[in-house]
Amino acid sequence: MQSLPSTADRLNTIRRDFPILQRQVGDQPLVYLDNAATSQKPAAVLQTLDDYYRRYNANVHRGVHTLSEEATQAYEDARVRIARFINAPSAKQVIFTSGTTAGINLVAYTWGRANLGPGDEVLITEMEHHSNIVPWQILREQTGFTLRYVPITDEGLLDLSQLDQLLTERTKLFCFTHMSNVVGTINPVRELVQAAHAVGAKVLVDGAQSVPHLPVDVQALDVDFFVFSSHKMCGPTGLGVLYGKRELLEAMPPFMGGGDMIREVKLSGSKWNALPYKFEAGTPAIAEVIGLGAAVDYLSAIGMEFVHEHEQWLTRYAYEQLSTLAGLRILGPGPEQRGGLIAFTLNDVHPHDLSALLDRQGIAIRAGHHCAQPVHDRYGVVASARASFYLYNTPAEVDQLVVGLAQASSFFG
Amino acid sequence: MEALYREAILDHYKHPRYKGHLENPDIHYHDHNPFCGDELTIELKVENDVVVAVAFDGRGCAISQATASMLMEEIIGKSLTELKALDKEYILELLGIEIGPVRLKCALLSLKVLKAGIWGLEEWPE
Repeated sequence: MQSLPSTADRLNTIRRDFPILQRQVGDQPLVYLDNAATSQKPAAVLQTLDDYYRRYNANVHRGVHTLSEEATQAYEDARVRIARFINAPSAKQVIFTSGTTAGINLVAYTWGRANLGPGDEVLITEMEHHSNIVPWQILREQTGFTLRYVPITDEGLLDLSQLDQLLTERTKLFCFTHMSNVVGTINPVRELVQAAHAVGAKVLVDGAQSVPHLPVDVQALDVDFFVFSSHKMCGPTGLGVLYGKRELLEAMPPFMGGGDMIREVKLSGSKWNALPYKFEAGTPAIAEVIGLGAAVDYLSAIGMEFVHEHEQWLTRYAYEQLSTLAGLRILGPGPEQRGGLIAFTLNDVHPHDLSALLDRQGIAIRAGHHCAQPVHDRYGVVASARASFYLYNTPAEVDQLVVGLAQASSFFG
Repeated sequence: MEALYREAILDHYKHPRYKGHLENPDIHYHDHNPFCGDELTIELKVENDVVVAVAFDGRGCAISQATASMLMEEIIGKSLTELKALDKEYILELLGIEIGPVRLKCALLSLKVLKAGIWGLEEWPE
């Protein structure tokens, strides 16, 4: 296999950017392999957050005083840079939410409620995260549309063999993940969007696991709605982005009502504010947005192509090494079709126990159903263990994981 | 590896006591932790308020299953009244280890199932 795209020097430099990677867990150095759950933050983002609160914290859009002007400038400037990161045509189409889950709910309760009724269909997939299943189930009870799903193959790919029967003129919305947080599959977004548009369906793509790890161009993908989270991409928690096509966002009724999303309020009725503010009621997560701006700058400077290549290499390596362990079953496809995460089971050893033993060695992985019970049902398991990588993980860390798993296997064997 | 999985716990996990089923149990209760897949059934035979036979069955992590096995050993010969008073502290002493909030749920599953069965619950109240 070719060598790792990152030289040892470059990887060390990147690792030094992340203060938390220096910490010990007990008396072991931290080996953080739970990036699909949340990512660590570079010093540049931490400094930005600190600087905001130390130097120019003020409410945005309101005040005419200096602090408010500075805060507003930084906030809206971050929005522009975030829009550029995903190649959105305009920053007005970048709506700040509290996360991916909130973004999907926003679409369900506004676009969904206005456009879905009996006789309509929404198509999701068997590999979705609960955030892209439950809001549609809830809405279905309220408005009466039919919810269908694309099954997955044994390999963990979307089974597109019957797609023309699932995606029909009755389908109003097709929602699917760009990259699964369990099977790791990277779905062919562009092709699926084209198929959906051909029957007049809109598309919502869950980019929570993709935006942090590979270059995303929402215009090239031609998605109608795209959602992702700040905390999975080196940014702070409590923040996400909903991108939408202009005409869709303009036509949608507002989500939450309150300050900032109105142009004019009279007791008799109110007029909605323009995009993006129509969907941003109340004081926003100002520090967090500015922090995400810094995260996006950091990732852009490193280059998302590079981040993706590094992870692809590491995942290929991890896949090969994990496959040498007797009784280890990887859920999902081979390295060419997946992103930087591997969920697996190891004989009868419960994922909790695996996780606990690895933790003793400073290794952080995740155990459970990862908020995706249907995909676990599909594989006939209740829970799995999951290792997920990011730009700062190393081959040596993968080796430690494998050694730790071998030990765990014999410990419980 | 030691702290959480001391000898006794590992032993009970690998060689569970009282694992199986009873004919015509007086008390039978099943529950599971959907977050991780630990599940447990406990069956008791009771005479004059005293537990005379026990069995448990289930699958799950070492902590949940080992605790169930250890608990079964302890409750034979005890009265239902005594068992109703068992609590989290009892389980922690039984296990003799430090346990964090996440794994605590695993450790308490068997007690939860036991008490629900004894109290005659249909379903665990939320």
